[in-house]
Amino acid sequence: MSFHPLMLYDPERFQRSERRLLEEGEPFTFAPERRAALDELLTKYPPDRKRSAILAALYLVQEQQGYLTANAVRHVGGILEMTPAEVEDVATYYVMFFKEKVGKHVVQVCRTLSCALAGAERVTEALSHTLGIAPGETDPSGMFTLLEFECLGACDRAPVVMVNNEDWHERVRPEDCGRLVEDIRARGPAASSGCHLRIERP
Amino acid sequence: MEPVLTRYIREPNSYTLDFFLKHDGYNGLKAALGMEPNAVIDLVKASGLRGRGGAGFPTGLKWQFVLKDTPLPKYICCNADESEPGTFKDHVLMERNPHLLFEGCLIGCRAIGAKVAYIYIRGEFFHVQKVLEAELAKAYAQGYVGKNIMGTGFDCDIVIHRGAGAYEAGEETALIESLEGKRAQPRIKPPFPAVSGLYNCPTAVNNVETLCNLPSILLNGAEWFTSLGPEKNGGPKLFCVSGHVKKPGTYEASMSTTLHELIYGHAGGIRDGHQLKAIIPGGSSVPILLPHELEIPASFDAVAQVGSMLGSAGIIVMDETTCMVWAARNLLYFYKHESCGKCTPCREGGDWLHRILTKIENGEGEMRDIDLLTSIGSNIAGKTLCAFGDAAATPALTTVKHFRPEFEAHVREGRCTVPADWRAARTPVAH
Ligand SMILES: Cc1cc2nc3c(=O)[nH]c(=O)nc-3n(C[C@H](O)[C@H](O)[C@H](O)COP(=O)(O)O)c2cc1C
Ligand code: SF4
Ligand code: FES
Repeated sequence: MSFHPLMLYDPERFQRSERRLLEEGEPFTFAPERRAALDELLTKYPPDRKRSAILAALYLVQEQQGYLTANAVRHVGGILEMTPAEVEDVATYYVMFFKEKVGKHVVQVCRTLSCALAGAERVTEALSHTLGIAPGETDPSGMFTLLEFECLGACDRAPVVMVNNEDWHERVRPEDCGRLVEDIRARGPAASSGCHLRIERP
Repeated sequence: MEPVLTRYIREPNSYTLDFFLKHDGYNGLKAALGMEPNAVIDLVKASGLRGRGGAGFPTGLKWQFVLKDTPLPKYICCNADESEPGTFKDHVLMERNPHLLFEGCLIGCRAIGAKVAYIYIRGEFFHVQKVLEAELAKAYAQGYVGKNIMGTGFDCDIVIHRGAGAYEAGEETALIESLEGKRAQPRIKPPFPAVSGLYNCPTAVNNVETLCNLPSILLNGAEWFTSLGPEKNGGPKLFCVSGHVKKPGTYEASMSTTLHELIYGHAGGIRDGHQLKAIIPGGSSVPILLPHELEIPASFDAVAQVGSMLGSAGIIVMDETTCMVWAARNLLYFYKHESCGKCTPCREGGDWLHRILTKIENGEGEMRDIDLLTSIGSNIAGKTLCAFGDAAATPALTTVKHFRPEFEAHVREGRCTVPADWRAARTPVAH
């Protein structure tokens, strides 16, 4: 909610101080291996500071069901001794948590200055054209979501595209976008060329 | 200058423990463990090492402030959030030289008496985190981290903590809040983290590059370190050059190197025969500099003298095809998006600036809007809880200051007067 009646925020004008209610979703419990992973993580923080593992726990939720729901939030709150409101408060602040259903592949294009100087706006345009959706939308088949992201910390390899919070493509040109989309559709994460630091050899 | 931090990064196995051990790996730590903790702090103070995260605060002094007489545990938090637009140096260090960072963390812990170092790494660096985790496991297995390190009886753990997409998590108290499992919103200071930080215990927050400088200081001494740069700006420094240059990248150099040399020497000059228009020398948060101002050393003090800041040393270069209204708008979108929302001038003011810039960029602006930008900007800067407010106002304030005729032309002609083919055809919608 805006604090100024004439200046309402809308989704395009995302503000972190907003609290958004999540949809109920399916009943949720962690799969045993994820629960074990979370328990292991909890040993890294003081015993009375379970809350420190909240971001890790929310990543595990996303790994299991793709996005966050009210049921998942309650489950996580139960484990970390937090109220559902406290979990939701954290969850809605961080942009790498999806608050609604997203496509199988979330394509995240860096839009900040260095990438924009290298043509990121045109990359977003090309992806938008290929996928038939605007940034922020998911295509009808549920395969792709297109998002704009802020500086990914690889501005020397601009423009940078990240997929599903993990896989990177660098120096993307608008004319490559059609092929990139087809490649992701066919091969999933394997289509990513990766961060240059991992692939470059002297 | 011979590279120190990035000397081996092009070697295929530079990130492995074996490689690291063959090149003085963990010898700095060994030296630190043979010294009294206070002597380590004194050595770092004598070296004059200044924080590489943005503010350039002396690291030894920061450690000295960490409360000593207390039964509470103490912590090192390594700031690996690296989100300042135009900055990508910690990325390189962590990916190609992770053990250097671990060694730095351990030396820091030894100096202030901490038993745990948390490395807060931004969520987007997942591929870097995987490298860190794999190498950390090896360091644990071979006794360089954990219990009884190198048989000296020193115990220290390192924990890697993944963030989830928030620029503000790089501010030190917001980072602590985030580590505690809350929204990344800054705390009111004082108390400073050195007195009451993580879990309300004494804490030192240090940048990745800062910590990576420690091993070589312990090995080569304070004098060697200061001799590498101008007075009070010693040591090796990583510079990130991006934007309209031929060879964008991370370059290690002394802080006596000029900005001109970094842009035209190391980064190869402006691309495709274009002309330089403006640069931002220290990540998107600092005032822009014009082409005639570049013959100065790229040091904390020299850049401050000409009215900007070295900040995170992320140099963003723009050529004459760049519309300054567009550039300011691009950055204000970033700042309104990343504002944590805790204080009103930043939360609402950033959004206003963005809307007005969008309006002008689209040719719908009025002359009075230009002064409005300055007025709103000056009412954000210096009036907020953390330095983010100043950073958010800066792009609007300095572009108007240096490129006012360009803003006026947009208003007069009712369109963007510096369109470029690398920009989108769609014009952003003014809300
Ligand atoms: C809005 C904001 C964002 C920041 N982001 C970062 C960051 O991403 N990385 C970093 O090392 N320091 C960042 N800082 C600086 C930290 O607050 C802190 O000064 C720094 O981590 C201290 O480490 P140093 O003394 O080693 O430089 C940021 C500061 C502010 C106000
Ligand atoms: S200045 Fe901005 S980012 Fe900093 S505390 Fe205030 S609202 Fe949050
Ligand atoms: S601006 Fe895109 S990675 Fe930095």
